[in-house]
Amino acid sequence: MTDFAWIDAALVSARPQAVAALLRYFRDLDLAEEAYQDACLRALKNWPQNGPPRDPAAWLIMVGRNAAIDVTRRRAKQTSLPDEDQISDLSDVEADVVQRLDEADYRDDVLRLLFICCHPDLPATQQVALALRIVSGLTVPQIARAFLIGESAMEQRITRAKARVAGAGVPFEAPDAVERAERLASVAAMIYLLFNEGYSAADPASDRASLCDEAIRLARLLLRMYPAEPEIMGLLALMLLQHSRIAARFDAEGDATLLEDQNRKLWKRPLIQEGLALIDKAIRARKPGTYQIQAAIAGLHARAETPEETDWAGIDALYAALEHQAPSPVVTLNRSVAVSKLHSPQAALDLIAPLAERLDDYFYFHGVRGSYLMQLNRNKEAREAFNRAIALANTPAEAANIRTYLDKLSAGAAPKK
Amino acid sequence: MLYALLCYNDEASVFSWTKEEDDAVMGRLDVVHKKWEAAGKLKPSLRLLPTSAATTLRKKDNEVLDGPYAETKEQLLGFYIIEVDDLEEGLSFARELTAANPGGAYELRPIMLYNPGSPVEPR
Repeated sequence: MTDFAWIDAALVSARPQAVAALLRYFRDLDLAEEAYQDACLRALKNWPQNGPPRDPAAWLIMVGRNAAIDVTRRRAKQTSLPDEDQISDLSDVEADVVQRLDEADYRDDVLRLLFICCHPDLPATQQVALALRIVSGLTVPQIARAFLIGESAMEQRITRAKARVAGAGVPFEAPDAVERAERLASVAAMIYLLFNEGYSAADPASDRASLCDEAIRLARLLLRMYPAEPEIMGLLALMLLQHSRIAARFDAEGDATLLEDQNRKLWKRPLIQEGLALIDKAIRARKPGTYQIQAAIAGLHARAETPEETDWAGIDALYAALEHQAPSPVVTLNRSVAVSKLHSPQAALDLIAPLAERLDDYFYFHGVRGSYLMQLNRNKEAREAFNRAIALANTPAEAANIRTYLDKLSAGAAPKK
Repeated sequence: MLYALLCYNDEASVFSWTKEEDDAVMGRLDVVHKKWEAAGKLKPSLRLLPTSAATTLRKKDNEVLDGPYAETKEQLLGFYIIEVDDLEEGLSFARELTAANPGGAYELRPIMLYNPGSPVEPR
């Protein structure tokens, strides 16, 4: 790694903490970002000569703060500056800050920064874009590429999100326990949203797929700050386990490969190991939540070395728990897959029959239903279901996947299970 | 002499490396590994998964804690087992690793074989 590369890595990892602390001082996103940028420029000049500081985040906070105070002074804008006695001399940056950085309120800083990005006033697409810009520090062109939209449209989206957040007034005092738990839940949802944006990308090397890595990085950051939160363990485990399959999820043509057809040798073992360890840890806390349960389901798939070894009874029980925690027709639909393996395709059909009306516009409902009908040799009905699924497909890959079933039907080779 | 060569670095930073950066560092470290392995001095090595996946059992109150027991700036990220003639030779190995690695620290800790157990198969 060149000098620049290690500095870059240090700046990237220090960014959330540094921008978050600067936001607390200045209470203005743009000013905080400007101060951080300024500090980075100084770091690029200073660190190659003097070596990296012992605590890069502390260095950036102090230098950024002093630089921004300089600027605001010159502009003669008196916007809620910190007390004079809090401003220490630049030359004495580190010793002063290191002990203060250990204080727990820095956790609240980073949480606040993340929370601002998923403010309930913001639509989901703006939340994720804002988090990538502010917390992760991706450039607007990078974010635009990841979302497959134009730069000016993305610029607009982020500007609008910032304006809305500034107008919404996020409280800066330390949150109480209830508020903190609510913020954590919102932030977890935003990180999972970010992950799913990346998960939909067929090309593992694309900018879009790299959003998965970023989501995992943010979840690890969150868990380092809140090491005993079982749902954050569950969230990270869920993403690690899903991401472990990235190399096996699509074939050379970019078409999705079903879980049972994937080459399990391509699954990334270290991610699976980390995910399984996190689930085991989370379970000890005995506070089940939806991320933990979903992660546990993914964990049972990951533990099976062949599809035949899958613990469908365990998966069925976990889906039952998930239905209890967060009832939804989609959860029941997923559970039906376990039921079909554990009992019969007929039992699965019976389970999803009551969902027909609510899931009539849902691609997966008709795809899954078609596959049960096909297994029962009810080919005419199966064909109807698959045709309906193709009409509802969101991507060419989804449609192509269903067509392979139709081809099997036409060939009269319905697999019997 | 048997040494454990412990690798410390700031976990947040290491797990922020891009794939290219990570591949570049691993590629350079691998050159060093191969050389010392060919000389029969490098024994198995391990990379530790993030501390957020770790659990600690403390003697006091028989308490099980999430994560490592102490907040430190740098974490133990992995270790090598090396068999070298003396500390000097161990240090020269560590220096080569240091040159290949953008940051962190390597600690040489003499070890004794505690329990050889059965070999671990990579999977």
